[in-house]
Amino acid sequence: MNNQVAITGMGIVSCLGLTLDSVSASLQAGRSGIVIDDGRIEAGFRSPLTGKIEEFDPKSWGLKRKQLKTMGEPAQYGYAAAVDAIADAGLTLEDIQNPRCGIVMGNDSVAGATVEGHKEWQKNGETRFIGSGYIFQGMNSTVTMNLATYLGIQGANWTLAGACASGAHAIGQSLMLIRSGLQDMVLAGGAQEMNQESMGSFDALTAFSTRLDSPQEASRPFDRECDGLVPSGGGACLILENLEHARARGANIYGIVKGYGFSSNGTPHLSKPETDGAARAMSMALDDAKTDPSDLDYINAHATSTPLGDAAEAGAIAKIVGSDVPVSSTKSMTGHECWMAGASEAVYTTLMARDRFLAPNINFLKLGDDYPTININREVREADIKTAVSNSFGFGGTNAVLVMDFSDMNEKRRHA
Amino acid sequence: MTQENVIKGIHNVFIEGFEIEEEILNGAATLDQDLGLDSLDGLDLVVALEKEFDIRIPEETAREMRVLQDIYDYVDNNVQ
Repeated sequence: MNNQVAITGMGIVSCLGLTLDSVSASLQAGRSGIVIDDGRIEAGFRSPLTGKIEEFDPKSWGLKRKQLKTMGEPAQYGYAAAVDAIADAGLTLEDIQNPRCGIVMGNDSVAGATVEGHKEWQKNGETRFIGSGYIFQGMNSTVTMNLATYLGIQGANWTLAGACASGAHAIGQSLMLIRSGLQDMVLAGGAQEMNQESMGSFDALTAFSTRLDSPQEASRPFDRECDGLVPSGGGACLILENLEHARARGANIYGIVKGYGFSSNGTPHLSKPETDGAARAMSMALDDAKTDPSDLDYINAHATSTPLGDAAEAGAIAKIVGSDVPVSSTKSMTGHECWMAGASEAVYTTLMARDRFLAPNINFLKLGDDYPTININREVREADIKTAVSNSFGFGGTNAVLVMDFSDMNEKRRHA
Repeated sequence: MTQENVIKGIHNVFIEGFEIEEEILNGAATLDQDLGLDSLDGLDLVVALEKEFDIRIPEETAREMRVLQDIYDYVDNNVQ
């Protein structure tokens, strides 16, 4: 019998806020975190639209000079989210410093640190002028290597790179580590840098919205007038814990990660979304969770506000779930949080269950003509989410789907 | 450069670059125990001193530096 896996703590750094409560308030208000970044205009970006994290100071999370030397943007976001998640779970560092607790985070770039380090080298003509910090900032595992070191993690310790499904795959893999009995707890999540260096090459794909006259209306997943995604980022962390372990220590439980599905499209195109692969991952996750599609109360869609991708996902949802279950893409407010999106959207979905609402898919007016009918939730509304799905899809055709069950959420969580 | 300015410049590197309190900076302070520098800090300290004083500190010399006085002496003897 597999172990069940509870969510017992969460932390988030996003353009919607730096605390669970402020993020929940933003979701309930349908508030967008998208702005125009003038620096991107000067830097030659096709689109200067971006999510913006307000007033993030890593020193507020206790990070000091020595740690910041080895921690670039994604590691700092990840650290803040992890520290908050540990506290939210009612854990101390001592509680997680044992071989039964690990960390698996999604991350798929370190462009900012790589470019900055290279600039130091070129400016001074010798590699030693790069300094000692950039190697630790500039490895893809920067988030987990720094967090494991500074938090004293003794169990699993690695980064998972799966494009824009990284965060969801990190949760899925953590689920398997706990189910199998290899770990009792895993800090699972994702981080996403937002600097120009990390987003310039994505901007070059002409994938970003250029709706500059109304930045907060630029990200409009599923809407027939959508013209591209808006890049964003931050950090998200969930404490996943063997249910019996959580109960034994009297933890306040948000819910259960009940199912994980994954697939690869297997089609010869790096960036073209595809309905069948997404549908296979959804079907696998529901089977894994032993959940009938008719039991779902909500789907947090991957939909990024790109016509091809949104249509492909709508096709998968229609095929596997039908047209009744409410669907929203929180990317309409956050923009596309890329490597961390699967983790942050698991946090957003859990907050909806905690605070009994369905977040709106803001800016949605009308489905595209060639989209199958699905039930897009346009307005915030009260809801009792017991079972939800969160979809994440990435370049290279990697797909990850999570099923979460909140039916036994500890009532203390409701008033957090 | 006067010895006083050399010491002031070195202290500045420690204060600005390594967030070390000025009060604990003195010739007898050990770089590892008293000032809390590890081997990675040592690499960055050498680069910072070289930039500050436009000098070169050979790796073997840097490895032999134990206390702040070693740095005062090397910089004082090599700065223009």
